[in-house]
Amino acid sequence: MTLPAFAALLERLVFTPGRNAKLALLRHWFATQPDPDRGIALAALTGELSLSVAKPALVRDLVAARTDPVLLALSHDYVGDFAETVSLIWPGPVRSRSAAGAERESAGQPVRSRSAAGAERESAGRYHGVNAPPPGLAEVVEAMEATPKAELPSLIAGWLDTLDANGRFALIKLVTGGLRVGVSARLAKTALAEWAGQDVAAIEEAWHGLEPPYLPLFAWLEGRAPRPDARDAPVFRPLMLAHPLEEPDLPAITPATHRAEWKWDGIRVQLAATAGGRKLWSRGAEDISPSFPEILGAMDFRAVLDGELLVMRDGVVAPFADLQQRLNRKLVTARMMAQHPVGVRLYDILFDGEEDLRALPFDARRARLEAWFARVAPARMDLSPLVGFDSVEDLARIRAGARDAAIEGLMVKRADSPYQAGRTKGLWWKWKRAPLSVDAVLMYAQRGHGKRSSFYSDYTFGLWRPDGAGGRELVPIGKAYSGYTDAELLWLDRWIRNNTTSRFGPVREVEKALVLEVEFDAAQRSPRHKSGVALRFPRIARLRRDKPAEEADELPTLERMIVGEAAA
Amino acid sequence: MPHPESWMRVTPAGLYCEPGDFHVDPLRPVPRAVITHGHSDHARPDHGAVLATPETLAIMRARLGEGRAGRSQQALRLGQAATLGGVTVRLEPAGHVLGSAQVVIEWRGSRVVVSGDYKRRRDPTCAGFEPVPCDVFVTEATFALPVFRHPPAEAEAARLLESLRLFPDRAHLVGVYALGKCQRLIALLREAGWDRPIHIHGGLQRLCDLYGELGVPLGELRPVPAPEKRGGGGLLAGEIVLAPSGAEATPWVRRLADPVVCAASGWMRVRQRAKAKGVELPLIVSDHADWDELLATCAEVEAPEVWVTHGRDDALVHALAGRGVRGRALHLVGLGEEDEEPAAPAPAPAPAGEGA
Repeated sequence: MTLPAFAALLERLVFTPGRNAKLALLRHWFATQPDPDRGIALAALTGELSLSVAKPALVRDLVAARTDPVLLALSHDYVGDFAETVSLIWPGPVRSRSAAGAERESAGQPVRSRSAAGAERESAGRYHGVNAPPPGLAEVVEAMEATPKAELPSLIAGWLDTLDANGRFALIKLVTGGLRVGVSARLAKTALAEWAGQDVAAIEEAWHGLEPPYLPLFAWLEGRAPRPDARDAPVFRPLMLAHPLEEPDLPAITPATHRAEWKWDGIRVQLAATAGGRKLWSRGAEDISPSFPEILGAMDFRAVLDGELLVMRDGVVAPFADLQQRLNRKLVTARMMAQHPVGVRLYDILFDGEEDLRALPFDARRARLEAWFARVAPARMDLSPLVGFDSVEDLARIRAGARDAAIEGLMVKRADSPYQAGRTKGLWWKWKRAPLSVDAVLMYAQRGHGKRSSFYSDYTFGLWRPDGAGGRELVPIGKAYSGYTDAELLWLDRWIRNNTTSRFGPVREVEKALVLEVEFDAAQRSPRHKSGVALRFPRIARLRRDKPAEEADELPTLERMIVGEAAA
Repeated sequence: MPHPESWMRVTPAGLYCEPGDFHVDPLRPVPRAVITHGHSDHARPDHGAVLATPETLAIMRARLGEGRAGRSQQALRLGQAATLGGVTVRLEPAGHVLGSAQVVIEWRGSRVVVSGDYKRRRDPTCAGFEPVPCDVFVTEATFALPVFRHPPAEAEAARLLESLRLFPDRAHLVGVYALGKCQRLIALLREAGWDRPIHIHGGLQRLCDLYGELGVPLGELRPVPAPEKRGGGGLLAGEIVLAPSGAEATPWVRRLADPVVCAASGWMRVRQRAKAKGVELPLIVSDHADWDELLATCAEVEAPEVWVTHGRDDALVHALAGRGVRGRALHLVGLGEEDEEPAAPAPAPAPAGEGA
């Protein structure tokens, strides 16, 4: 019964907004499910399950052969998602007659004979394999691998016949490769760690030599076997993280004790190339290798490196919006690689060959990194330069003067800091550029999730622009759900409820009367946004209850903040 | 034998029986009304004479107030008949909510059955649907798409109890309709062995009391306490709390301990519906017939013609045509409003700020 159990888990994960609740669901799963299915589910959730997938057209043909085309079209139109439509409309077992019969008896009425009803039931729901149990996850994976293509339709149809709607949905998503659950690899590993009482870093390192269903991993976590040895595998090494640099921390920063680098506006990556293979890891331990084949291709060395993935054209870093075109793509076309070429700006080295450098102080690692780079000269990579400074005041001036769109601010690192997993205070600092801000008008509000589900906590705001008819209109420029205090959230929630003009599900449109001071790190051109501008990390800095909406900023004010354009 | 079309008509006030001079579930005040059940879209205020089951009349008095539940009331028990202007009217159970009835109308040997809303599943709080053969069957079509096939309600109640075991530190808040769904869910939970007090929002109290007075036991129900200090929370961890749907979005909910927001509705079958409402645990419990049951019922009553009052009449009429039954959409507006929210498309505000 493991596919239905897996379907039930998926169902809850999909609807559960809270991280703690997701962790509880996963812990329960690991504790109650047998091998190998719990491991296969783990792989499916974290996107590591490689399954030869069926084409969506196969499922389309199967359902078309079993349903009335008009009803299928009406249903698809109503439900929206095709896999969900199929899972719901698939002719299932007919319910037993006993329920209806019992009902009539309890009402004190004789059960009348209904030949038409009998005929209806006959025709409505003949299905195959009534007595066949639903498949297990392992069975599905194995059979998908072993079954010749021509036999796939009947195999999948047979499974669908044994499942209920949730089970069918899970199966269709599984076999067509469309499973998206909102569970990161990191979250799944954290759940494993909590369940087994292990350190998540230990799980991380043990993980990657292993293939689904991870039997040695579970054996170790249940104390039945030693920890799997991942010596040669290109595993993820937990990253060293930085704290925001605040006013009180400044006096400790000196040129003798600290080093500075630019903080690049890309995504943090770890490049792991070992005897066991090559991987590109995201900050959250997701394997993003498939999205960036050109980086993998350039990793013709043995080392583990820390750096920033950026879209670079002739050494010039493109805005973050360009990099977004490349994120979360399973299929990468040559055109995409040509239009948005990526590179890595390196700033640390964890392993040189087999040699673990993480215990060395920063300066020593930096020297090793520079030597390594000079020796290997890898394609598509460069070094993030050190930024020299005379004093912390000098560094503050450098930070304020940085106008490059690709620079978010500075990183300040202790010269003697080892490469230490996690966020140890006082070793690495991030010192972001002073934020930009505009006064925008609140337009829409949406309820939050989890603990915030009774609060209107997500705010869409806009700026004025000419409406083409001599007047002005508001155009949305972004959305923010942080920055405010608890007291401000309460006030905003009440204001929104009292000033709603229309409602769309969880979203309310409000009177265009409240001005919000919105802070953000950068403004960038974006053809995907109605305003043509996208904000980086927007947050609510202040409620400007004193300011009439008419006096909020106009769109050109924001456009002048776009770095790299004429006005800059 | 006169064809029902010649004596049952659709008027602006709803379905009208001409020889009997009465409307069934009229949409606006009329001199004489026959009411199938107490939901507000069927039982509207300020009619002249109202005929319904004693339970429905009691529900109408409770919901509309004594003065607005009809100037005169005639109670007719299930299975009993009355004569209105040469027309025989009999009420048969519809299985929808307590007191719900189909109206069996006979005139000169021709028989029309107006089902009101109905379901075919067992419901511990009301009498089960009774199919009556007829010449014209007037049906609802709330869930008339083949994607709606409700799972057993007992299994859904079990899912709620399973979640309570998994999250003992969180209150479980279930959004329900005040009439019918609320009491049926309570009864299902009692059958499943949940004998702890169930906490109910103030908006559900009156009808739960009435069910009790009408002989439907619901076990111990308690009001949801107010927090000790203003803005306080953390109440009722590990308990079941029922509230009218929508309460999860109001400040009232902040008193509850990290609530798991649940909703008991047939609409929860469709993920987007549950997602849009921010429901964490969708429970597919419906008081309406699902697709298979609508078709099975239309076949059981052996009517050559089926009229569809409201809902997805397009799909149902199409399916009936394939079975040799003439379907006709009545397009009655104003029905399905109490327990059938229209799909609310969200606007597309600017995408979220790009996070790290």
